[in-house]
Amino acid sequence: MKEQNWEPKIIAFVCNWCTYTGADLAGTSRLKYPTNVKLIRVMCSGGIDPVFILKAFERGADGILVSGCHPNDCHYNAGNFHARRRWTFFHELLDYLGIDKNRLQFSWVSASEGKKFVDVVSKVVNDVKAMGPFKGYEELNNEFMTEFPDVSGVDESMILKEKEGEAV
Amino acid sequence: MKLGYFPGCSQTGTAKEYDISLRKVVEKLGASFDEIKDWTCCGATSAHVTNHLLANSLAMRNIMLAEQQGLDDLVAPCAACYNRLVLSQYETITHPEIKKEVEEVLETKLQKEIKVMNLIELFQKIGTEKITANRQVELKNMKVACYYGCLLVRPADITKFDDAEQPTSMENLVALTGAKPVDWNYKVECCGAAHTLARRDIVLDLSKKILDDAKEHGANVMVVACPMCHANLDMRQRAMKREYPDHKDFPVLYLTELLGLALGMNEKELGINLHTVEFNYKELPSEKAAV
Amino acid sequence: MKIGVFICHCGENIGRTVDCPRVAKACEWLPGVDVSLDYKYMCSDPGQNMIKDEIRKRKLDAIVVGSCSPHMHEKTFRKAAVDAGINPFLVEIANLREHCSWVHDDIDSSTDKAIDLVRMAVEKVKRNVPLTTIEVPVTKRTLVIGGGIAGIQAALDVANAGYEVVLVEKEPSIGGHMSQLSETFPTLDCSQCILTPRMVEVYQHPRIKLMTYSEVEKVEGFIGNFTVTIRKKARHIDEDKCTGCGLCITKCPTKKKAFNSFEEDLAYRPAVYVPFPQAVPNIPVIDETICMYYKNGKCGMCVKVCGREAIDFHQQDKIVTEEIGAIIVATGYKLYKIDKKPDDSPIKGYGEYGYGKYKDVVDGLQFERIASASGPTSGEFKRPSDGKEPKKVVFIQCVGSRDESKGFSYCSKICCMYTAKHAMLYKHKVHDGEAYVFYMDIRSGGKMYDEFVRRAIEEDGVKYIRGRVSRIYEKDGKYIVRGEDTIAGMPVEIDADMVVLATAMIAQQDASELAQTIGIPYDKYGFYNEAHPKLRPIESTTGGVFLAGACQSPKDIPESVAMASAAAAKALVLFGSDKLEREPVVAYVNESLCAGCFYCKKVCPYGAVEVKEVKDRNGVVYKEVAYVNTGLCQGCGTCTATCPSKSVELAGFNNEEIFAQIAAL
Repeated sequence: MKEQNWEPKIIAFVCNWCTYTGADLAGTSRLKYPTNVKLIRVMCSGGIDPVFILKAFERGADGILVSGCHPNDCHYNAGNFHARRRWTFFHELLDYLGIDKNRLQFSWVSASEGKKFVDVVSKVVNDVKAMGPFKGYEELNNEFMTEFPDVSGVDESMILKEKEGEAV
Repeated sequence: MKLGYFPGCSQTGTAKEYDISLRKVVEKLGASFDEIKDWTCCGATSAHVTNHLLANSLAMRNIMLAEQQGLDDLVAPCAACYNRLVLSQYETITHPEIKKEVEEVLETKLQKEIKVMNLIELFQKIGTEKITANRQVELKNMKVACYYGCLLVRPADITKFDDAEQPTSMENLVALTGAKPVDWNYKVECCGAAHTLARRDIVLDLSKKILDDAKEHGANVMVVACPMCHANLDMRQRAMKREYPDHKDFPVLYLTELLGLALGMNEKELGINLHTVEFNYKELPSEKAAV
Repeated sequence: MKIGVFICHCGENIGRTVDCPRVAKACEWLPGVDVSLDYKYMCSDPGQNMIKDEIRKRKLDAIVVGSCSPHMHEKTFRKAAVDAGINPFLVEIANLREHCSWVHDDIDSSTDKAIDLVRMAVEKVKRNVPLTTIEVPVTKRTLVIGGGIAGIQAALDVANAGYEVVLVEKEPSIGGHMSQLSETFPTLDCSQCILTPRMVEVYQHPRIKLMTYSEVEKVEGFIGNFTVTIRKKARHIDEDKCTGCGLCITKCPTKKKAFNSFEEDLAYRPAVYVPFPQAVPNIPVIDETICMYYKNGKCGMCVKVCGREAIDFHQQDKIVTEEIGAIIVATGYKLYKIDKKPDDSPIKGYGEYGYGKYKDVVDGLQFERIASASGPTSGEFKRPSDGKEPKKVVFIQCVGSRDESKGFSYCSKICCMYTAKHAMLYKHKVHDGEAYVFYMDIRSGGKMYDEFVRRAIEEDGVKYIRGRVSRIYEKDGKYIVRGEDTIAGMPVEIDADMVVLATAMIAQQDASELAQTIGIPYDKYGFYNEAHPKLRPIESTTGGVFLAGACQSPKDIPESVAMASAAAAKALVLFGSDKLEREPVVAYVNESLCAGCFYCKKVCPYGAVEVKEVKDRNGVVYKEVAYVNTGLCQGCGTCTATCPSKSVELAGFNNEEIFAQIAAL
């Protein structure tokens, strides 16, 4: 049952100047993409540490998108060049960590490319869906997951009851 | 020093004296040629204007033979051969798909990058100091217009040999013999080349301009490093005389013949007597008389 | 920690696809959340007041606002938070509009996502550290590098606004290339006549410190706080004593040993010289390389004639340091000399034009000197080889520009105009002369520019031939110019008396070294890069460094002057306040963790990472660690990802904060 309704969790690490703004543009243009993706904003793609990626996989992400400004358009001149070099290298190491390389995707999305952002996100979601859930780090995941209760599915009536109880 | 030698078709025919003088000069300078066996056409003229793959395959076949003979360098005295070999080699190195096609045609893998040399590079490799050391005659009566033509220095990005517009390497060699290279304007102009058969009028016009400019700048002999240039500039002078009655004979030598004279060989040994325009060093006005 | 969560409906914009009350309710359950409310318009006054009231009433430590993009209203909510007494950096925005409600349709799943986004923001804000805006003082002095027309204009504008300027010029005199020009297009007014008053104004200005024959050696510091080291080269003449009488110049026995570079090598100069008579300052320089005194210790003629005892053969280079707030780079251009090319240069040059071989094949600046009334021919058209008046002059445009195979791919921009000017000047003086121009296209955009070119063609009868020249050679004292007329479709041959090549404007030879000294980027040609090609054409990407004139790309005089005034205005904007405020998103180093590998230093695009020595109690250095200069750091965080020990972090985006966001997924 759970397997049937499974929706992948995707995290996107995006830079503040290009891709985050591009995602904003996707919003203002009212383009649509799946809800699976949650963005984490950093200042520059050059500042995205590979450890962030591993941590995200460890915490149950099924796919990850890293995106920054196009080469030569970096707000900080050279940050995305460092990022590009780092990812070229890191991507090759994913297999070694037991993670399918396709679960981590990179792209350059500029502030004016709302449509491209949607395409990129949709592609990641589709690719990850086709691959199924990422289970490699599940055991690690379970160990830590209790720390943050999942409240999205909490029965509303229960919340109300609690509230009332508190009021009484 | 053993060097690979690709004579090319002219060396066995119209430019026999070029072949004779080249072999003699090289021997005198202490080097020897290893002629590649079963060489074929370099892919010039008709091949490279009709079929690209054929032209490349012909050129690369000769380079392949040199490779199989265990050679590191290959001397192509004819400027057109040199140009074809260098260009085909460049194409196969820079375009893997062309290399693959050529290898399929040749049914061999090309492995080594053989250094293809033109005449000037050959003497630079042998060592210019050897020319000075073996010099027996100082050719001080000669005032030489060095003619490079179009193919020796072009395309500059690929031959990477000398400045395409203001080359000086041949002058440097000529100066070693004691002859005086003159500064003139037409050293890289076109002689008309293969038009010599179909449009002789063009060749006569262009070649005459070249000879006239050399004369105007005080030269008494022209030196070339290409059998095609020599054919147009030397052999066509008879026709030139018919077309332009005021035309005066102007001797055109191969660079190897000039070097041979300096190394103590005589005109007959070097095959200079085979030229249309006769040349005899002793008949040149001496430098003192000119002054 | 007490956190307040405020969910905005943004009217219908968020509310339509996200069930905002449900989000607010769900977030109440998040650990640390004290209150969670939703409201129609959070950015409105009542909405902001609600946030302020809740902060005060519940003594909240931090807030999360679920609303539009932080690029829209982050500032608004930060200000509200500050008004209510909490640090602005303890405010996080969950982007529920652009990244959720507007891009999704399904209410259930977008509401779930909205809750996730808020939860991530809550986890981040818990770890946020209060930060204070960085304030740096501003030294209100400007350094202008380059004393051409752009540098002069920038210096005068800044100085006239009441601030001190240090103007550094490499050559013995200011004036630059403009002082070499004869007349200027499109008005044909005399270049020196309009320039020299400005040069004198610079010299006499009480707030301009003029340093000629000097070069910038080192630039340290950051916007508002540069320390600049300048080498004042030895003139061998005491500037305070010299009156500029010029007696030493006339008496110097070394007359023809060096080419006069101001005259573009068309004339000679003695060992002691001023570049040109109107030089500012009018103080000569002794050229050590040709002066007899430096060769054999004898002569000393200048010492004998100088009544002021200003000659000092033993003068040494002086190193001067200046405290500077803003730097205006106006180093200008160089003309592409087509014959002199270094061996490693990818530029092929034009051997076929015979420049450098034939004396009468000259470049644009040489022709300016020939046309100039103060030039070596006193303004009469005489060709350099034999001094005869040329009756046929061929001008060739686009030599080196728009030619990737032999020169540069860019358009040098001013050559169409100055060639038209040259041809006109020639025709005005040599009435029976013929002027031919070989061109590729005529590019004469600008006020009165196309009219100017038309005037050259229609009124002065300059013959324009569309095509390129393939070869120039000498024959009987004439230069045979062989080219193609592509409109007529046939080859042309002109037996010219003189040929003028409109060679490309290129970057100064040492442009890249200076860029590295200052820390500004440059393109593959050596021209300096602007921060944004359209919206920030004056600023370099380095804070406090502005560009003016042809050092950024080929430019004519009006453009250079406009850019110089703009750069001056940019410097004045900087001086408008005593302190510079900036977001505290900068990197900082945990010194106890730092192992001193300095990978961060290597990757920093701003050179903001420095080496800091850590001393023990005895004052002995026991290790070196990285130190981030917050004035230079722009906060990209590349260092943080590079650091192997994670000892450098980005304030506002530190690892803990991001891991918390990841964990909250």
